[in-house]
Amino acid sequence: MEFFSISLLNGLSYGLMLFMLSSGLTLIFSMMGVLNFAHASFYMLGAYFAYALSTSIGYWPALFIAPLAAGLLGALFEQVCLRRVHRFGNVPELLITFGLSYLVLEVVQLVWGRNVVPYGLPEQLQGPLFTLYGTQFPKSRAFIMLVAVLMLGGIWLVLTRTRIGLIIQAALTHPDTVQALGHNVPRVFMLVFGGGAALAALAGVVAGNTYVTEPAMAYAVGSIIFVVVVVGGMGSLAGAFLASLLIGVVQTFAVAIDTSLADLLRVIGVQVASGNPLEQALRLTVSQIAPMLPYLFMVLILIFRPRGLMGTRED
Amino acid sequence: MVSSSRRKWLAWGGYAAVLIAAPLVFRSSLAVNMLSQMGFLIVICLSYNLLLGQGGMLSFGHAVYTGLGGYAAVAAISYVDAHGIAVPLVLMPLAGGLMGALIAVPLGYVSTRKAGLTFAMISLGIGELVVAFAIMLPDLFGGDGGISINRTYGKPLAGISFGPQLQLYYLIAAWCFVCTALMYAFTATPLGRMLNAVRDNPERAQFVGYNTQLVRWYSFIIAGFFAGIGGALGTINFEIFNAADSLSGLRSGAYLLFTFLGGVTFFFGPIIGAVLMVLAMVLLSELTAAWLLYLGLVFVLMIMYAPGGIASLVMMNVQMARTGRLGRFAGPYGALALACALLFLGVAPLIEMVYHLQLNVGAGSTITFFGMPLDAATAGPWVGSAVVALLGALAVHRAGRRFALAWGRAQEEIQAELQRAGAAA
Repeated sequence: MEFFSISLLNGLSYGLMLFMLSSGLTLIFSMMGVLNFAHASFYMLGAYFAYALSTSIGYWPALFIAPLAAGLLGALFEQVCLRRVHRFGNVPELLITFGLSYLVLEVVQLVWGRNVVPYGLPEQLQGPLFTLYGTQFPKSRAFIMLVAVLMLGGIWLVLTRTRIGLIIQAALTHPDTVQALGHNVPRVFMLVFGGGAALAALAGVVAGNTYVTEPAMAYAVGSIIFVVVVVGGMGSLAGAFLASLLIGVVQTFAVAIDTSLADLLRVIGVQVASGNPLEQALRLTVSQIAPMLPYLFMVLILIFRPRGLMGTRED
Repeated sequence: MVSSSRRKWLAWGGYAAVLIAAPLVFRSSLAVNMLSQMGFLIVICLSYNLLLGQGGMLSFGHAVYTGLGGYAAVAAISYVDAHGIAVPLVLMPLAGGLMGALIAVPLGYVSTRKAGLTFAMISLGIGELVVAFAIMLPDLFGGDGGISINRTYGKPLAGISFGPQLQLYYLIAAWCFVCTALMYAFTATPLGRMLNAVRDNPERAQFVGYNTQLVRWYSFIIAGFFAGIGGALGTINFEIFNAADSLSGLRSGAYLLFTFLGGVTFFFGPIIGAVLMVLAMVLLSELTAAWLLYLGLVFVLMIMYAPGGIASLVMMNVQMARTGRLGRFAGPYGALALACALLFLGVAPLIEMVYHLQLNVGAGSTITFFGMPLDAATAGPWVGSAVVALLGALAVHRAGRRFALAWGRAQEEIQAELQRAGAAA
C-alpha cells in the first residue's frame, strides 16, 4: 500500500510534467501540421535559463522570465525559419526542427558544459510536503503538480473563453477559412508556436531542479513526449492528458518492480536452465525493461489503433 | 536516344573509374581509410534514399537495418572462423544483406502500414526498441565491449588476405559499385516506378488498383537488404560491432542528415551525402571542436534555401550551362562567394573563441585562426569579428537578393523558350 500510493503520486507528478510538454506539442501539430522535434529542446532551454537566472536573481523571478525568454526564441524561430520552409511541405518542416534540436544541444553544451549543472531547489520547495505510510512525498513534486494543474486550467480558459482562443480553435481545423475571415493566421501560428515553447520551458523550469539538468535531458524526454502524443492521438489535448498520466504512472511503477519472466515461470513450475540461450532475456526484470515500455506501447498502439486513444485523424 | 544511352555508359564508366582510381590518387593510409568509409556509407545512404527520396518514407530508424546487418556479418564471420568453414570474406556482406531484409520483413510490415508522419513515428519507436533490447542482452550482442572479429580469417587466395586496407577498399568498392547499379536498376523496375507513384499520390495509385501498403513494404525490404550490406561492409572495415553505437538513434539521424544534405530528389544525391559525411566526421572534426555546430547550421540553412540538397544545386547549374546561360552568373556568383567568405570570417572566429574559452581553459586565451593569432581575453578580436560578421551578413543579404533576381529571370527565359519550342512542334 505504501509502495502503491507513493508510486502513484510520483507517477502522477511525472505524468503531469509530461502533459505540460505534450500539450504544446500536440497544439502545434494539430494547428500547423508540424511535428516539432525541437520541442524538448525548449524544455531543456527552460531548465538551463532558470538555472542561470536563479543564481543571479533567484528562482521565483526565473520561474516567469525563463519560459518567457524561451517562448520568444520559439516565436523567432517560427518567424525566421519555419515559415520559410512551410511551402516546401511536411518533411522539410520536420527536418528543420530536427536541425534546431541539434543546434540547441550544441549551444547548451557550449555554454553550460557537458555535465550536470547544480540547479538546486529553492528553500521553500526543499523537504517533504507530507509523510505517507512512513515515506515522504517531496514538496518539489507537489509543486510540479500544482504548476501543471494551473497551466492546464489556464490553457482551457484561454482556448475556450477568450477571443484568441476561439480563433486558435477555428484555425485548428479550418485555417483557410479563418484567414479568409480576416484573421492573421500566420501570426496565430507564431503565437501558438511561441506559447508551446514557453509551456515546454515552464516544464523545464520546474522539472529541471526536481530531476536533473543536463544536456541529455532533451533527448530523454523528447522521445517520450512523442510517444505520448502518438498514443493519445495526434492533435487531441484530452488524449495527450490521458496518455501523459498513463505513461507517467506506468513508467514509475515499472522501474520499481523487480520481477522477471523467469520468476513468473517459476511460479507456474517451470525452471529456466542456466544453459538456455533465452536465459538472459527471460531473466530481465520489469524495472530493466522499463525504458522500453513506452516505445513498445506506442508501436502497439500504432499497429492496432493508429489514431491513438482519443484521436480523430488517421495520419 | 543514342546520346542518352551513351551518356549513361559514360556516367557509369566514370563512376567505376573514380572508384578504381581514388586510392591511387589519394595514397595515404588516412585517405584509403576514408575512402573505405565512403564506400559503405554510399551504399547505406543510397538505401536510405530508396525510402526517403523514392518512397517518401522518412525513417528515423535506419540504423536498425544497417546495424543488424553488421551484426549478422560479425556473427557469420565468427562462426565460419571458429568452425573452419571455407566461406570467403567476399561473400560476407551478403549475410548482412539477408539479415537486413529478414528483419525488414516483420518490422517493415508494421512500419509501412501508414505513410507520412505515422511512418516516421513508428520507425523512431522501433529504433529505440531495438537498441534498448540489444543493450539489454549483452550475451548475444556483446554489451559495452562489442564483438571483435578478424577479417583476415582463412587462407589468403592469390595473395589477397584483406589484411591491408587497400585490399579491403577494393572489396568495399566492388560491393559499392554493384549495389549502386542494382539500386539504380530498382528505380526503373515496375515496383520502383510504383513506389514513386505511391509517394506522389497514394490515393490515385490505390484507385488504379495498387495496394500502396504492399508497394511500400516490398520496397522497405529491398532497402533493408542494401542497408544490411552497407552495415556489414562497415563492421568488416572496423572489425568490431558495438550495439550501443551501431544501432543508435544518433546514427539514424546522421544518415538522414547527410542523405538530405546530398539531395534526395536525384539518385546520385546520397553519394554526395556519404562523401560529405566522411569528410565532416573525419576531417572537419579534426579541424575544429565546433564541427557539430557548423554542421547543424549548414543543415538548417540548406533546408531553408535549397531543400533539394547539393544534388539539386548541381543540376540547376547544369541546366543553366546547357542553355548557355551559366556564363552570365560569373559576377553574381563571385559576389555571393565573397560575401559568404566575409560572413564566415566574421562568424567563425566568434564561434572558435567561445569554444576555446569553454573547452581549453588551461591552454591560454589565444587561438590561431588561419594563421592569425586572436587573444580571446581582449575585446579587440570580439569587436572586430562581430563587425566583420555584421558586414558579411549585410553583404550576403544584398548579393543573395541580386543573385535570386538574376536567377529567376534566367529561369523565366528558359520556361518561355521551352514553351515556344513546344508550340512550334
